Amino acid sequence: MKYSYFPGCTLRNKAKNLDDYARACAEKLGFCLEELTDWQCCGGVYPLGADEIASKLPSVRALNAAKEKGQDLVAVCSACYHVLKRVNDDMANVSDMQTRANNYMALSEPYTGETKVLHYLEVLRDVVGFDNLKKQVVNPLTGRKIGAYYGCLLLRPSSVMAFDDPENPTILEDFIRALGAEPVVYPYRNECCGGYISIKEKEQAGALCEKITQSAAGYQADCLVTACPLCKYNLSKNSDLPIVYFTELLAEALGIKEVQE
Amino acid sequence: MRRIGVFVCHCGSNIAATVDVKKVVEMALLEQGVVHAEDYPYMCSEAGQSRIAEAIREKQLEGIVVCSCSPRMHEATFRKCAERNGLNPYLVEIANIREHCSWIHKDMQEATEKAVILMRAAVAKVHLNAPLLAGESAVTKRALVIGGGIAGIQTALDIADAGYHVDIVEKEPSIGGRMSQLDKTFPTLDCSACILTPKMVEAASHENITIHTWSEVEKVSGFVGNFTVDIRKKARYVNMDKCTGCGICQEKCPSKKPLNEFNRGLNNRSAIYTPFAQAIPNVPVIDASACIKLNTGKCGICEKFCQAGAIDYKQQDEIITEQYGAIVVATGFDTIKLDKYGEYAYNESKDVITSLELERIMNAAGPTKGHLERLSDGKAPKEIVFIQCVGSRCSDDRGKPYCSKICCMYTAKHAMLIRDKYPDTNVTVFYIDVRTPGKNFDEFYRRAVEDYGVNYVKGQVGKVAPQPDGSLLVHGVDLLENKQILKKADMVVLATAIEPNPDVRKIATMLTASIDTNNFLTEAHPKLRPVESPTAGVFLSGVCQGPKDIPETVAQAGAAAVKVIGLLAKDKLKTNPCTAKADELRCNGCSQCANVCPYGAISYETKQVNDHGIREERRIAVVNSALCQGCGACTVTCPSGAMDLQGFSNRQIIAEVDAICR
Amino acid sequence: MNKVDEIKQISGVNPLKCMKCGKCSASCPSFNEMDIKPHQFVTYVVNDDVEALANSKSAWKCLSCFACIERCPRNVQPGKLIDAARQILIRQRGQEGLSADEIPALLDEDMPQQLLMSAFRKYRR
Repeated sequence: MKYSYFPGCTLRNKAKNLDDYARACAEKLGFCLEELTDWQCCGGVYPLGADEIASKLPSVRALNAAKEKGQDLVAVCSACYHVLKRVNDDMANVSDMQTRANNYMALSEPYTGETKVLHYLEVLRDVVGFDNLKKQVVNPLTGRKIGAYYGCLLLRPSSVMAFDDPENPTILEDFIRALGAEPVVYPYRNECCGGYISIKEKEQAGALCEKITQSAAGYQADCLVTACPLCKYNLSKNSDLPIVYFTELLAEALGIKEVQE
Repeated sequence: MRRIGVFVCHCGSNIAATVDVKKVVEMALLEQGVVHAEDYPYMCSEAGQSRIAEAIREKQLEGIVVCSCSPRMHEATFRKCAERNGLNPYLVEIANIREHCSWIHKDMQEATEKAVILMRAAVAKVHLNAPLLAGESAVTKRALVIGGGIAGIQTALDIADAGYHVDIVEKEPSIGGRMSQLDKTFPTLDCSACILTPKMVEAASHENITIHTWSEVEKVSGFVGNFTVDIRKKARYVNMDKCTGCGICQEKCPSKKPLNEFNRGLNNRSAIYTPFAQAIPNVPVIDASACIKLNTGKCGICEKFCQAGAIDYKQQDEIITEQYGAIVVATGFDTIKLDKYGEYAYNESKDVITSLELERIMNAAGPTKGHLERLSDGKAPKEIVFIQCVGSRCSDDRGKPYCSKICCMYTAKHAMLIRDKYPDTNVTVFYIDVRTPGKNFDEFYRRAVEDYGVNYVKGQVGKVAPQPDGSLLVHGVDLLENKQILKKADMVVLATAIEPNPDVRKIATMLTASIDTNNFLTEAHPKLRPVESPTAGVFLSGVCQGPKDIPETVAQAGAAAVKVIGLLAKDKLKTNPCTAKADELRCNGCSQCANVCPYGAISYETKQVNDHGIREERRIAVVNSALCQGCGACTVTCPSGAMDLQGFSNRQIIAEVDAICR
Repeated sequence: MNKVDEIKQISGVNPLKCMKCGKCSASCPSFNEMDIKPHQFVTYVVNDDVEALANSKSAWKCLSCFACIERCPRNVQPGKLIDAARQILIRQRGQEGLSADEIPALLDEDMPQQLLMSAFRKYRR
């Protein structure tokens, strides 16, 4: 199975682990991530204003490129996935956005939301299958108690993201279980880490992250797993709890990355 | 050419403010055959009707068009007026220039144009109206009540006391419904069972009432006064005549896994069970999916211990067919599923419960024998948080848009009872509004605050976070203080929205009774006919029509009974003469009309016909006018145009269309 | 167009749908940082009080975590209104919440590009 792949700016720089292991594990699991040529940054945040067009165009270009290749579009970073999926929803359902973006892009065939946007985790769940993934694990992460940290962008707004139950998601827990570790369920796994506020308001982000990591620690988690570089940054700055990308765990379990203790 | 009179109603300003009624009169006088036209502020008034009467007499009118409100409002009024004055009532046509025109348009010129067109269509039609005569049909003097909760029981008792026989069909093993699950009732705090069970006993022992529990309505045909209903009596596997209700079977049954529905799944019951101690009938049923004997052939313990020899594993479902003159729907409600409200952690914590579950916990016959305790660890809760409007008043796709109406009061009740019995337990209620319209209701709520110290906080809860120590951290807001509130609670109770029993869709379809977008049954008129369905002979009782508390339910149940009694008291009913009729010369016996007829009113006869001198035998459709409801499905289906609906003939419809397109 | 209509247009939200339940404010992780709370924000828009909104800290404190949008039972989506108020500010010269000159002092070696990108989009035109 081949997918168009949108790595995003951070995965090329500070979050190389997220990217490298995603590709290596895909190869091991039998699917192929074909990086889009000339992709542009998604912008990091989805522009909420109903009149915003220009800031959504990089996403439309990526979505259309995948359409032209006849492939689903996969992202690993929560923010890229969020922005791509929401812009795609606009292109499918908001006629004003559809018209104006297509007028500007002047494609040979208008883009109207045809591409399916998938998060890497969805490929693991729905295509590879967690049962099948479990069979391919060579270094089961037995004995480790891992808390899933979802944050905001994968889940909300659920009417568009339709990724998992927005309040009590299970996909990362099932993933952790497939790797042989024990998922730790704690109530703040979908609460905000502070996001971009940490550029200036370090204290505010700090307080939010503390609430999250203390809640996880209270339930005996010995590490947290995330799909978002910004979440990882904020949480790491404010806690001693190790914060890892889900692709790192995957790579460990599949024997691609050396096992960390 | 018929002599037609046109009467244009102002309906005060309802029509006249948007439609130029004088213009409509002026245009009417230009129509062929119209010999009289006038307008009047209230045509339906006595004065308005006497003007119609005068015109009929003085102008020798042979047809009337009234331009007014919907025929559902006043067609009958004007038809009676015509009849009193010697004109066949079916020579009256209504042009609906209110609901179809003035109420939905703003521009006077456009609305007037449309009103004129509607008038013209009606004039064109009335020229072709035939003077029809209503037939008569007999009334079966027996009523069916679907649902055996307090609504159904009260309706049945009132009908039965008037001397008519009533059957109650209840899908559960016992009558009693939701009220039997309640512990105390507001605003008097009397015990629910204490006031319900006498009524259950009265219904069971009433000579005019037959109760079919563990039964469901399977099929309904016929029409007002003459319904035929198939009732499925599900296999009980217990002989009702032999069982003494001793209960030994339930005690000895080794299959104890099934969730106890009566206790909202909070504990378990045996495979053979009666839902509660005061069940009527006091005869258990075997849950076939959980019975070891029925699934594996082994066991048979209940049979062994039954002294009366009442156990019968071979019992089969049985269909009985009964005739009724009237049907009352009293199918009640359930609480909504909370799967979409993950923020309240209902599925994550055993100590987050619905109010109906709390009702069972507070009840002496409930899973905790009436002790208020946490289901997770059996400890007594010291801090309880109530959250109002969970799933009510929502315009998103998670909840219901309506107010569930009963939650404010039962929450005040719960809070008060807890503070009374457990004074060192604190109670906090998060509310959006406290709605207490009802006799002694607000006084009741104020007592909870003033005498029992219940802490009411105006604001909602955003999230309930289960903590490692087993407590629940409630993230709320106090809008009056403008502060976020973090409250550690031992138990959280959700005032969960109610919705009509999901089975109601199936039943409404069988009865051709209409339901709204929330699955509540629709009234014939929301104000003036609140207990009747638009389908003649079908009546509404209880929450199936809209959220209501016990006193309102009982009042509505009585009102529905009165309507049923009024119907059953008649020996004959006038039938609608607007029924279908087949043209023998055109019918080719293809059966398509019979296939689409929802009332089973069409059959076939082989008949001698004389087709322009050629005599031959043909298979021809025959309509039973007693069964035909005049829906017109057959007329549009008939490929040869042989089927016609009297009062709405093809010629009449085409004449209307022609007039509109003129 | 006046500013309130502009907020309604940019957000695509009808604030009149609000029934004042406060679930947004109960859910907001920035509640304590805001001078005008999320549920009040909706009321201010209804009451045309743009002056107060423009001067409030709230527009800069919203995290766009979408908790209020997810949980609002009336589909009012206060987060979109707050974002629209911020848009109106940053679309005016000199009103940005972050200037390029500030950046070097804020950087650290772990900071992901995503943070800079997001902050620029949220605080500047």
